[in-house]
Amino acid sequence: MKRLLLILALILPAPALAEQVVAGLSRDEIAITTNFDGSEILIFGAVRREAPIPRSGPLEVIITVEGPDRPVTVRRKDRRFGIWINTDAAEVDEAPTFYAVSTTAPLRDVLSDTNDLRHRISIRRAIRAVGSGVSDQPSFTRALIRIREENGLYQLNEGAVSLRDDTLFDTSVRLPANLVEGSYRTRIFLTRNREIIAEYDTVIAVRKVGLERLIYNLAHDRPLIYGILSLVIAIAAGWLASAVFRYIRA
Amino acid sequence: MQIYLPIAEVSVNAFLLLGLGGLVGVLSGMFGVGGGFLMTPLLFFIGIPPAVAVATEANQIVASSFSGVLAHLKRKTVDLRMGTVLLIGGLVGAAAGVQVFAILTALGQVDLLVRLCYVVFLGLIGGLMFIESLRAIRRARAAGDAPVPRRKHRGWIHALPFKMRFRTSGLYISVIPPLLVGLLVGVLAAIMGVGGGFIMVPAMIYLLGMPTKVVVGTSLFQIIFVTGFATLLHATTNYTVDMVLAVLLLVGGVIGAQIGTRIGVKMKAEQLRILLAIMVLAVCGRLALDLLLEPAELYSLGNGGSH
Repeated sequence: MKRLLLILALILPAPALAEQVVAGLSRDEIAITTNFDGSEILIFGAVRREAPIPRSGPLEVIITVEGPDRPVTVRRKDRRFGIWINTDAAEVDEAPTFYAVSTTAPLRDVLSDTNDLRHRISIRRAIRAVGSGVSDQPSFTRALIRIREENGLYQLNEGAVSLRDDTLFDTSVRLPANLVEGSYRTRIFLTRNREIIAEYDTVIAVRKVGLERLIYNLAHDRPLIYGILSLVIAIAAGWLASAVFRYIRA
Repeated sequence: MQIYLPIAEVSVNAFLLLGLGGLVGVLSGMFGVGGGFLMTPLLFFIGIPPAVAVATEANQIVASSFSGVLAHLKRKTVDLRMGTVLLIGGLVGAAAGVQVFAILTALGQVDLLVRLCYVVFLGLIGGLMFIESLRAIRRARAAGDAPVPRRKHRGWIHALPFKMRFRTSGLYISVIPPLLVGLLVGVLAAIMGVGGGFIMVPAMIYLLGMPTKVVVGTSLFQIIFVTGFATLLHATTNYTVDMVLAVLLLVGGVIGAQIGTRIGVKMKAEQLRILLAIMVLAVCGRLALDLLLEPAELYSLGNGGSH
């Protein structure tokens, strides 16, 4: 028995070192420009091995892209005096503003619950909601996931990663137009028998550039100047448009 | 062509915005109204957050009223003294309105407030206008009828203290009613993103008894400063003024207004008014349905960190 354990101890860590991820992204910076309408990033890579392909279960790949965490207030409507108004609210302490999980096969088949819990991989685990006094917090959290899934902000793309010869993999992730600025953490996991055997981490920077950046910063850092400026610009634009129109008529 | 609005943080088709601005511009040119009360709900319908729609619309109204005020000043059809009294009330009202707006944003009820205000006011105005223009059409059919009766019962207004002489309007009345009218319009400008001309003009004619020729100029004078003030307050407390959105709507609006004025000349006043009334009631109905019917999604998301 002792001998068996020793053998196991020698064998088990070995695959973790034997297979490593080498990965790349089609772009590591996304610029939100004036005509930004979402973006698609291609994530690709290969599995590097020192030894022949292990025979213990098929190799699977999980890729996650995660936007900056923000607290969210989820509100629920109820009927009061004949009209529908917000009555209950629950706070979700930390929820990624964007989250996509892409896998080679159904997530349940490629990842164990323990690993999911530890690495916070599935959408449900990526959200941190400590009870905030509301009796049915779970239904608020589910609503958050549902609404963001409908807006393309949360995606579960099972089977979207293609893996060739247990070595080359690639997938593409669609980023919607309403992205929040910040660092988008991208993680790649290799699993065998629902256990993680290798991990890779990188970051995509998403930021507003040019005019968008200028306007946004001005509005938040110097709101009074921004307010005056928007009045002046609007008046000037209105005057200019009517001047052009008069000129065309004349 | 999609355009990313930096403050609203949504991506919208630029031509849709220009078209909306143009459409409301045509209507405002045809009917001689500001159009804020139509534009703001239309912005809700295309997915602009209500807070941004209201603040940006205030900004747009300043710009679209600007040339009108200049023209009226040149023609000396602005009662500056009355305008200033209305303005003082308006500034106080706008400041209060923006505070209410900020508090309700934190409570998650701002949507409800704005929509309710719209349903009530559009319903009232649309309904009154509809009945009034139906009567006018009937009167026109039964030609040779008695002239329109002018209401002249302003007894209680003359009993109020703090009287002041308004030379341009030829009035000697208390400052309290114009201050209150200004106050109400200021609150509406801040929470509904409208100029408030649709309330102020009837109030000036029927309540204060001002001569019709100075009414439009004076109300525009008040509107431009009050909405300007509301824009600045929204920009500094709620950060919700979207410059890009305002300019796009404005350019469409100015061009639309020129076309609308020409269409308006060719149509009869009663027909125009009944058309406008129907349109106002339609927008009101749509907003009311949203409140009355069970929404498909009961939950909504807001910025966290506050309750």
